[in-house]
Amino acid sequence: MREISFSTALVEALKEEMRRDERVFVLGEDVGRFGMIYVAKPELWKEFGDDRVRDTPISENAIIGFALGAAITGMRPVADIMFCDLLTLAMEQIVNQVAKVRYMFGGKIKVPLVICTSLGGLRFAAAQHSQHLEAWFSHVPGLKVVIPSTPYDAKGLLKTAIRDDNPVIFFEHQQLMPTTGPVPEEEYLIPFGKADIKREGKDITVISYSLMVHKVLKAANELAQQGIETEVIDLRTLNPLDKEAILKSVEKTGRLLIVHQACTTGGFGAEIAAIVAENGFDLLTAPIHRLGALDVPVPYSPVLENFVIPNEQKIAERILSIVSQ
Amino acid sequence: MQLNNEFMIQLYRTMLMIRRFEEKALDLKARQIIPGLLHLYIGEEAVATGMCAALRRDDYISSTHRGHGHCIAKGGDISLMMAELLGREKGYCRGKGGSMHIADIDLGILGANGVVAAGMPISGGAALSIKMRGKDQVVACFFGDGGSNQGAFHESLNMAALWKLPVIYVCENNQYAISVAQSRSCSIRDIYLRKDAYEIEGCMVDGNDVLAVYQAAKETVDRARRGEGPTLIECKTYRWRGHYEGEADRTYTYRTKQEIEEWIDRCPIKRFQKVLLDQGVVSQVGLNQIEQEIQSDLQKAMEFAQNCPFPEPQDALKDLYYEE
Ligand SMILES: Cc1ncc(C[n+]2csc(CCOP(=O)(O)OP(=O)(O)O)c2C)c(N)n1
Ligand SMILES: [Mg+2]
Repeated sequence: MREISFSTALVEALKEEMRRDERVFVLGEDVGRFGMIYVAKPELWKEFGDDRVRDTPISENAIIGFALGAAITGMRPVADIMFCDLLTLAMEQIVNQVAKVRYMFGGKIKVPLVICTSLGGLRFAAAQHSQHLEAWFSHVPGLKVVIPSTPYDAKGLLKTAIRDDNPVIFFEHQQLMPTTGPVPEEEYLIPFGKADIKREGKDITVISYSLMVHKVLKAANELAQQGIETEVIDLRTLNPLDKEAILKSVEKTGRLLIVHQACTTGGFGAEIAAIVAENGFDLLTAPIHRLGALDVPVPYSPVLENFVIPNEQKIAERILSIVSQ
Repeated sequence: MQLNNEFMIQLYRTMLMIRRFEEKALDLKARQIIPGLLHLYIGEEAVATGMCAALRRDDYISSTHRGHGHCIAKGGDISLMMAELLGREKGYCRGKGGSMHIADIDLGILGANGVVAAGMPISGGAALSIKMRGKDQVVACFFGDGGSNQGAFHESLNMAALWKLPVIYVCENNQYAISVAQSRSCSIRDIYLRKDAYEIEGCMVDGNDVLAVYQAAKETVDRARRGEGPTLIECKTYRWRGHYEGEADRTYTYRTKQEIEEWIDRCPIKRFQKVLLDQGVVSQVGLNQIEQEIQSDLQKAMEFAQNCPFPEPQDALKDLYYEE
């Protein structure tokens, strides 16, 4: 199968959906001739022009509000917010409006709106450009939260997001953009709420998503040489969440570690831990563990950043300590 | 305006220091010695220099992602700046901030900022504090043409006008916000005209003419000190480099080589050099000497930064909360 990059996969998904449905359009900062800051591909703008690939002023709250207004009146916007750190400027529209209008209006409207945003930092981007804020949005009923780790998943999930009649927040890790992977030429969609078992194992379940999946896999492969068999699960979507896959795996291994780049306290790992504690307490042979970033803003200097954010080594150490308990 | 020679030479020195600092940073980034994001101020030196020359040491500024020039013009220490860019322990922010978060509260530098226009309400708050404390300080708030489209711009101008606060909003209109030309992001051609929406004073100046910037700055700073409220100054200028270092391959997707070259011809430093020589303020020998002094200061800053250790990993856990 051909291999393409994560960013190419995103552009392909957008292109196919824009060809298929002329109500689909993209708006955001530098999405046009600049081709989106991390994607760096102006193909969309070249094919669809200023009207459907619409550069906006630096006005995040208005970008989301305009997208919402368009979505409830017959269009299917994809709003791009350059960094998830800047979703904070649009929180009012996202949390009070986008997530709630359908419910508040008694289910009488549809909100076919996708918010794409990059997260996680390009490395050494410091506190305002490295955040991992997915848990905030998983806490807001009415939003779907998608967070892929491979080009294949990125394409299939983005197409599903665009066809969904509900608001979807789609997180793209900045460091994943240039990474490549197999993506078929023919069309496919990936349903929400289906986790992907990346690696089977009997000793411990490690649940992760986005960039950290790759770090977990590396650690798992290392540990396999010492005879430790790690099962690695990529959630792919946080809402809807594949609880069944989580519990099934824990049933098999009896041990659970959750790894994410977001800081640990109040992170999505806490939610998974709670679900397993509530529904699978008897399946566990060891306490549930979480490995996230330390609870500080992401610092700039490489020594500090490396200390704060999880990496292969820290993941391997944690797995070892759990299985040898 | 009659300015003494010493003052004029200081303006020149500041602009040249900014230019040479940025060139050094550029080189260090290209060699991956600077790890993080870097937005350079080359071509815009006259704005920070002219504006900050009208400020006192105890006045405040708030800065942007493109902040090195503001920091140097307000008197920032280039050794501490360089150490910060290199992520070292003795850097301005102990390696926690990097290029986009340099601050020096003792010099009234309320911080560079990674979020566009985020300094605008903070500046308003500093100005409110000045007023409540009964001081005659002022705040200069730098922001870009792109920043003028944030809600924070409009909310801040209204509140500052309403409460007649001593703040000068300095729009550095370099005509682009990343790839988006100002004509494609602002409904208005001259951003300073937004002053009328808030019934405040404002003006437009040639941002590549340091004396013009200084003159406008002086008038508005004096007015702010007298308690006559905020001003919106628009300085038209141009950034020579890409939006960030590393953009080079996409530069010509949104502007032409010819346009960039035309603006390089209007170099604020060369222009001022000519003024100084024509008016006999300084000789060519004098200019050469300034260049050498700057090179030597920069060299010292580099040595300081490179000899400075990295922080200890555990230092990442310090500084989050104030503790006795
Ligand atoms: C609120 C916000 N939106 C978007 C960004 C990403 N971004 C960083 S700089 C920039 C362009 C800023 O343009 P302008 O204000 O004109 O300043 P310039 O870079 O031209 O100096 C953008 C969009 C950001 N940092 N903050
Ligand atoms: Mg600009």
